[in-house]
Order: sequence, then structure tokens, then C-alpha cells
Amino acid sequence: MASPVFRGKAITYGDDVNTDVIIPARYCTSFRAEELALHCMEDLDPEFLKKRRPGDLIVAGNNFGCGSSRENAPLAIMGAGIACVIAKSFARIFYRNSINIGLPILESPEAAQAIAEGHEIEVDLGAGRIRNLTTGASFTAHPFPEGIRAIMAAGGMVGFVRARLGVDAPAQPGRERKRSQG
Amino acid sequence: MGMTIAEKILAAHAGVPVVRPGELYFAGLDLVMGTDVTTALSAEVFAQMGAQRVFDPDKVALVNDHFVPAKDIAAATLAQTMRRFAERYGIRHYYELGSSGICHTLVPDEGLVSPGDLVVGADSHTCTYGAVGAFATGIGSTDMAAAWALGESWFRVPETFRVIFRGRLPEWVGGKDLILRVVGDLGEDGARYKALEFVGDTIETLPMAGRFTVCNMAIEAGAKTGIIAADDATREYLKGRATRHGVYHRPDPDARYARTLEYDVSGLEPMVACPYSPANVKPISQVEALPIDQVVLGSCTNGRVEDFRIAATILKSRGVHPKLRLIAIPGSQAVFRQLLYEGIVAVLAEAGATISPPTCGPCIGGHMGVLGPGERGLFTTNRNFKGRNGHPTSEVYLSGPAVAAATAATGKITDPRTLMG
Ligand code: SF4
Repeated sequence: MASPVFRGKAITYGDDVNTDVIIPARYCTSFRAEELALHCMEDLDPEFLKKRRPGDLIVAGNNFGCGSSRENAPLAIMGAGIACVIAKSFARIFYRNSINIGLPILESPEAAQAIAEGHEIEVDLGAGRIRNLTTGASFTAHPFPEGIRAIMAAGGMVGFVRARLGVDAPAQPGRERKRSQG
Repeated sequence: MGMTIAEKILAAHAGVPVVRPGELYFAGLDLVMGTDVTTALSAEVFAQMGAQRVFDPDKVALVNDHFVPAKDIAAATLAQTMRRFAERYGIRHYYELGSSGICHTLVPDEGLVSPGDLVVGADSHTCTYGAVGAFATGIGSTDMAAAWALGESWFRVPETFRVIFRGRLPEWVGGKDLILRVVGDLGEDGARYKALEFVGDTIETLPMAGRFTVCNMAIEAGAKTGIIAADDATREYLKGRATRHGVYHRPDPDARYARTLEYDVSGLEPMVACPYSPANVKPISQVEALPIDQVVLGSCTNGRVEDFRIAATILKSRGVHPKLRLIAIPGSQAVFRQLLYEGIVAVLAEAGATISPPTCGPCIGGHMGVLGPGERGLFTTNRNFKGRNGHPTSEVYLSGPAVAAATAATGKITDPRTLMG
């Protein structure tokens, strides 16, 4: 992953945040991160787009990203400039999708419990360390299993499959995978 | 120590004698399924992966169902991308309007899944195919592209929960009520990352339609898959459909279950999930008489011929309440044809239902019956999250077809047992 240490403010949500509220299906005729970002969280939290700054983090409760398999959900979050999602736990398809597209996620019930809206958070992704700069508390996220680390080390599933297939040429441009700048 | 059905299927596909929960394996796939809403992104990612060919074009299914008939230009473009992908890579199991249907109704009906199969689909309700004794689970678009390229996918072996149903189902109570009860008890993440194995004499006597409904909603409790051991009813259903025999796994007697839930269903009431969660489940007696604006009969949960037979029995000689809109959506073209032959389309149309072509439509808030501000719907679908079916202030209640039809007749949530006497 590109930026292993980052800082931002926490935007907090509760349990069972489903992919229908992360990005409603009515917008899923697009899979461009920057287009999806315009509607990210709008049914759950209409203020989200106004309050988030690039580099902020989402901190949530249990089962974040439950519901539909739509990859549009982590794409929308990425497109909105969110640097990392910390949750008590993730729904399994959302977890896979995030790893695959390179959206940083960390599972830490302790951190998710202790972080409040607006807290300044520092994340060292490689070490799985979360520091609450506002309160001074620090936490260690659940480590990723080895097989998943291999996918993360390849920068996501595209790089992983290219290596498996022995494709040498650089990835074709096309899909916007970077976070939006604005 | 023995293995559960989920463990046996993963072991067989990972090429190892035994697997244990928590282990991670790359395992070979028997089918990779995509739809018009997820495939276009996969096609793009597949190109980025530099893949030249699909691992086995006969093990890929592509289904037009979510936004069909195309609801707008963007949806038409998604479908076009999938169509071109199917042509380019020689995908035989490509389903176009006129022979298509909702993926989870169509795919098993077409015989594409056999007992013992390992299946992934870029749709969260892929777990439906557990009803034929397969391990089937939902993935995202990038995972699907990887599965096309590699013919395998990674799996963390889940722990299994055993759900035992005993006793005879009362009249007008069916598979939907069983699974709503379980999801209500487990909560939205009560079975997160687990496999649910449904057993007991109620399941053994449950027709295939009901088994599909039960497995379909395993994901609503967060489960990775729901599985029912394939038996004679499965064999009978697959006759003339499947081209492969499959492996009829049974759990070992000493298989390890993380949890066991037991139900005596002989006194089970019809169940209703209230807004905004499929786990917010109440017996119908607690929600009766609530006025409803629109009823939707259909979806991959309850869009089978058996579901519409129940609805037609209730609505025959009873009109749809004048203040309520009833939308009936056959799960596939084949279901639609059968409803025509049996005269059910006529019964529903005479009662005042609007009959839609097979589509996901209102289940995903796409088209064909999206709810407006403050409107209240009762759907036989599987999810009622805020904003899923229309305006964020609209509300959806979930039920089986009997409650839905009784409600359509009276305009308010109605227990079919009181209506039918
Ligand atoms: S009917 Fe609903 S739940 Fe089923 S596949 Fe379609 S959108 Fe998904």
C-alpha cells in the first residue's frame, strides 16, 4: 500500500453500516470512485461529504459493510478521500473487496470503542498500530493472515493476479484507483 | 474429528484431506457467476490483470437481471459491456432478456450448480445455491475477475453453525418464516464469517423452493454460506437440469459445530422483518393492521412458481385493495411461462396486480416500483435497509408470499391464517 503512515480526523458510525447506505444502488450504474464519492453515505449521514477532509478516517462498530457485494462501496469511500476504515469488525465481502482494491482497513474493537468523532488519529498501516493523538491512547489492530498479506503486498488483487499469471507489462491505464485529490 | 458439509466441500476443492476452521486455502471453482450490475467492473479489472482468457468459459455464468430491461442509458451501457465480454471470451452460459431471470432463480434452474460444487458469484445472495448442497458465496467484482483469470479463489474455512428445525410447518407458514426467525435470533452479524448448515425433519420435507429461500437469506445474518445436504428431493429437482452428478455430502457424525440452534416449528407464526433491518423480525401478531402502500411479490428470495401459487390462492376472488399497489415479478422467464400455463398470471392480473417482466427492479431500488418519500411497502424480498428500495424515508417490511398476498387484499399487514380462516 502506498502510504503506510497517515493522520486524520475520525468520523464515527455505529454497528451494521450496510453497503446500501455507503452507496445506494441507484448510483451503482457507475463504478468510478470519484462519481460514487458524490453520494457516499448520503442516506445515513447527509453531512458526511461536507465534514470529511481528504485523509480522514472512518471509525465504526461491528459488521461494517454488510449487505450487498457491491465493490462500489469501498470505491466510494476511497473516492471520498478516506484514508482508512477502522472497525470493530467487517462484513466478509466488504473486507475482501477492500483488500482487493487497496482501501486500507484495520480491525480493532478496542480502538473503535475508544475513538470518538473528531479525534485526531495516526495509523501505521504496516505495523497495524493506531494512535489516538487526541487522548494519547494507542492500539494494535488484528494482524492480517499470511495469505491476505500476500495480496496486500502486491498492492491489491490486480497486482497479485498479474504476478500469478506472469504478466510483465505495466498495468493498463483505465480504472481510476487513486484517491481523489479534492 | 469429522467435518461439516462446508468443510468437506472446501477440502475437496483445495485438494487436501481435511480442513479446519480458520485455515486459508486457494480452491478451484466449479462456477463463477456475475450480473449486469457487477460484471462491467470485473471486465475492466480483468483487462488490467493482463489475463488473455477465462479459465473455463463453460464455468462462467453471466446474467442480465438487476437493472433490466435497461432502466436508463447507464444501465444499458453496463449490460452492453457484459454482452461484449461474453462474446469475446466465448461464455456459453450468458443469459439475455427473453431467456434470463434473476440470477439466483435462474442459475440453479438451469442446472449450473450441482451438489458438492464450490461456487462464487459477484452477488451477495450467491449463498442461495447451498439449497442444492453446494458451497456458494458472494464476492466482489475484483474477486470475480481474479476467479475468471485463475479458476480459483481464496477461502478462509468458516466455522459452522448447525440450525435444526423440527416439526411440521403450520399452514401458510413456509421457508421465509423459518429463515426470518433465524436471522432475527442471530442478528445482522450473528453468523458473520460462519457457514449455516440447515438440518432436521422440517428441512427434509421442505420443497426445493423453500430450501432456496432459507439459504438465500443466510447472508442476512452475515453468514458466508447456507447449506442443506443434498437428498432425493435435490436429485429429483436436478433431473433434466444438471449435466453433472455432483457429490452428495453429508456431515460426519462427529463434525464440530461452533453453535447449534434448535427450533420446533409446529407453532411458528408468520414472521415479518421491520425497517430498517432484515434482522428486526417480529411475529405477525405484533405488526398486524399497519397500512401498506405497495406490495412486491418476487425477487430471488420468493420469485418461484410455488410462491405465486400461494399468492394466487389467496388473491383469487379477492381483489387487490384499491389503495394498495401490487407488483408481481416472476423470478425468471421460465417461471413467467409456467405462471402463464397455470393461469396464475390471469388470476393475479384480474385481482389487480401489475405484472412485471423478470427483474430485480424494486428489490434494489432500481426501477419497476421504487418507493416515494414516506411510503410503506411490504416486499417478499430479503433486505429492507434504509434507502434500499426508494426514498430514504420510505419503509419496507419483509415477509413470505402468503402474508404479502393477504396484505395486498386488505391494504394492511394481514395474517393469512385469519384471512383464509
Ligand atoms: S432479487 Fe434482490 S437480492 Fe436478489 S439478486 Fe436481485 S437485487 Fe439481489
